[in-house]
Amino acid sequence: MKSQKKMTPLFTGCSWSFDLLGQAHDAISKIALDELKLDIYPNQIEIISAEQMLDAYSCAGLPLMYHHWSFGKRFVRDESNYRRGRSGLAYEIVINSNPCISYNMEENSMAMQILVMSHAAFGHNHFFKNNYLFRDWTDASSIHDYLAFAKSFIAQCEQEYGEEEVEAVLDAAHALQDQGVFRYGRVAQPTTKEGEAMQLLRDQYANQKSVLDLWTDRNFGTCEPHENLTEIDVAERRKGMQLPEENILYFLEKHSPILKPWQRQVIRIVGFLAQYLYPQKQTKVINEGCATFVHHYIINRLYETGQITQGTFLEIIHNHTNVITQPEFDSPRFSGINPYALGFAMMEDIRRICENPTREDREWFPTFAGNNDWASVLRDAWRNYRDDSFILQFLSPHLIRKFKLFAITDNAKQPNLIVSQIHNREGYRNIRRLLAKSYDLAFLEPDIQVVDANMSGDRELKLNHTVHDGIQLETHNRVEVLRHIKQLWGYEVRLTGRDQKSGDVCYESATAVTAE
Amino acid sequence: MHHFIDRRRNPSGKSLSNRQRLMRRARHYIKQTVDKSVANRSIRDTKDDSHSEHEIVTIPVKGISEPRFVHSSAGGLRHKVFPGNKDFVTGDRLPRPKSNVGGAGSKASKDGEGEDEFSFGLTRNEYLDILFEGLELPDLSKKKMGKQETISLRRGGITTSGSPSNLNLVRTMRHSLGRRIALQRPSTAEIQRLEAQIERLIHIKNPPADISDELKDLRQCLEKIKRRRSVIGFIDPVDLRFNTFRPETRPNYKAVIFCLMDVSGSMQEREKDLAKRFFMLVHLFIESVYAETEIVFIRHTQTAEDVDEETFFYDQQTGGTIVSSALEKMRDIIADRYSPDEWNIYGAQASDGENYSQDSAKCADLLSKVLLPVCQYYAYVEIIPEREKKLLATADAGGELWQAYRRVRQSWPRFDIERVANRNHIYPLFRTLFSPKLTGSGV
Repeated sequence: MKSQKKMTPLFTGCSWSFDLLGQAHDAISKIALDELKLDIYPNQIEIISAEQMLDAYSCAGLPLMYHHWSFGKRFVRDESNYRRGRSGLAYEIVINSNPCISYNMEENSMAMQILVMSHAAFGHNHFFKNNYLFRDWTDASSIHDYLAFAKSFIAQCEQEYGEEEVEAVLDAAHALQDQGVFRYGRVAQPTTKEGEAMQLLRDQYANQKSVLDLWTDRNFGTCEPHENLTEIDVAERRKGMQLPEENILYFLEKHSPILKPWQRQVIRIVGFLAQYLYPQKQTKVINEGCATFVHHYIINRLYETGQITQGTFLEIIHNHTNVITQPEFDSPRFSGINPYALGFAMMEDIRRICENPTREDREWFPTFAGNNDWASVLRDAWRNYRDDSFILQFLSPHLIRKFKLFAITDNAKQPNLIVSQIHNREGYRNIRRLLAKSYDLAFLEPDIQVVDANMSGDRELKLNHTVHDGIQLETHNRVEVLRHIKQLWGYEVRLTGRDQKSGDVCYESATAVTAE
Repeated sequence: MHHFIDRRRNPSGKSLSNRQRLMRRARHYIKQTVDKSVANRSIRDTKDDSHSEHEIVTIPVKGISEPRFVHSSAGGLRHKVFPGNKDFVTGDRLPRPKSNVGGAGSKASKDGEGEDEFSFGLTRNEYLDILFEGLELPDLSKKKMGKQETISLRRGGITTSGSPSNLNLVRTMRHSLGRRIALQRPSTAEIQRLEAQIERLIHIKNPPADISDELKDLRQCLEKIKRRRSVIGFIDPVDLRFNTFRPETRPNYKAVIFCLMDVSGSMQEREKDLAKRFFMLVHLFIESVYAETEIVFIRHTQTAEDVDEETFFYDQQTGGTIVSSALEKMRDIIADRYSPDEWNIYGAQASDGENYSQDSAKCADLLSKVLLPVCQYYAYVEIIPEREKKLLATADAGGELWQAYRRVRQSWPRFDIERVANRNHIYPLFRTLFSPKLTGSGV
């Protein structure tokens, strides 16, 4: 370890003050920026009470949010769990914004405040600012404005059209949140002012559009039956609506024949927020790993340089250890792979491979094994990977052995589960691939696309679900969501499930039938 | 580069409106729970505000589900990676687990979201709000509205005339200052300055001509200023402003509830318990409507006493039964302490229906002649044994007191009688008594 002149500890007691926090922030900042060379947004750290933390919980951690009963539901549930001691609260919440806002709980001890600051205000902050997903898909500087706009817009709609009307649209849009994101290619996001101006234009246009459509539709009421349409006509029609489209919310916003302009804007807001939160869903392991690695490094350096006492160090390490605990599959505490544990272990492992590579490491990671600048290897990983690609690229055999990972194949057609891979030479690559895939949202979330809608015919909205590996949709939810789509679309909706390999129809579900 | 903000003092209740929206949405379920809860409460609970703070309400997920497209948890071909291999080797076959534990074949809960139904506490106000939703106090005071009003004073703006005690100093001085500035009233400082100058010049002995001239000028000037000051008053009658007060009649918001209960030997624990629950509801409800409520507990055997709550509910007594003694007591207390001009008077009486044989007529008489004219509402609840519930199914059947009261009821819509046999009927009974339709027929 680097030897350095010992400094006097920043503090010895356990309670914090704003002065101490400021000094600690500067000390952390020195290590983070000089040694780890992190690149962060300016920090804005807010001290909040438990109730405010619960407030923040209920709105996906966003500082401002429109009103909806589902947030109340989350709040009430978290609150009662908290009050009865069933669950604790997070020590912090951090928001991907510029300046980077983190909420720290007032109950944290000074030691915990240091841990939390290193973790959120530096670790997550660096990740938000640098990771390609966040850079491409979110605009950290405008999110506050947008949230303020969304909140006031929806409040205004509630005044104008009634809470129930707005709630109906929000309910339906929320049901489609997961289908409300663009997964490929970036859309330019308008600023608040542009958004408002656009809304005004749309209002004016829409006032006349329905009349215009009626008068310009020469086929109105004289639609030819389906059979007469050639393949080319259908292809043309679909091209006109830019189908297929997997962002169902976006499609409804643009093409629904019944929505009023304000309803389209409400849908747009829900879609925007889903898109804003989408990168976070794809970066649980790497984001938490990054933050955990950063706080672990910083805490150790603070201790080595004598800036925190041994007591403080032990308190922090105790919490750190709790956070990165990975129960084994047969433990009653097991609930899946802990993203903190996996992320942190992988990053420590990268550091080890850089500093003390084995022959195996050199063989598996020729590009960076033995490269002593581990910090830059990590910064590169934090910048350019998401969960699945990070695991696929960096999970080492060493770590697979350490975690004793194994894969189980569950084929519904067979009576038993089969252990398909274990941590041996044959299994490494497969385990790595399977683990990576289990973080790939493309497989985790159902692949559902809008494929067709005959606007001059029955206007039934046709959706296609590509069924992978025979895994179908949960029926009750499916029916409910289709009902919501129908409400936004205004006409019947039909969802067809087709097997990915054979193209056979697995199931059909239509609102017209369920309504009977 | 860092910036700390203390948010702890920010207004709380940020999630309140979300909570209200949730309550509205789940109202149906919440109401079911609340209605059920009434049967199992003791009157002590409702008395003790801190205790009744949280009525726990459970909402089934169905009522407030948020559907999403999710993969079903069964079927198909799946691969899952787990940590902590002990002794598995490739190709091992394991039976598919039934439960959640260790689960490649794990089953999420039925709705696919893994969400349980959840419970939360209602605040006292939310609880009462839902409990008494749709109920109204019989508003029978309309006929004699005048009696139900008190007169209070209310600010009525500013006028230019009035009694000195109502002088509005701030406004008056403001006008005075404006006028003094506009008319350039010389200030005291100005006079003092001139006087000081004069004083200085006076003390010069054998003044040269220019100084005596100057002195003369100054004296003239001072005189002019003083005259001006006396003409332009510091406060002029046009400056004066007075507060005015308008008398305003307000409906009277004070209420007193008389709880009358038979505590003779025939009233057993069961009967008393039912009576208690009834009184509890009446009290809760009236309390939620009026700003100020008082309760008077009158228990009676063959004689009546005005007692405190503890004694009322929990003290044993034996003796005969003369109901009219309680009504007389109520009459006396009203005359003594609660003038009908000031108080809204409510009566709630519970008894097992037994009475000294000649007394019932007297009771009916007392009620219709003396008590009902001053009461807003009077409810009589007869507690009958469960086995008699069927026998007394119609209103026609019943004891002497019941019959006497029925006759009273025909001429007094603000009087109501009901029967109750078991705990679960108390709340529905209470609702029938206080449902708005009664008001409609009453007025």
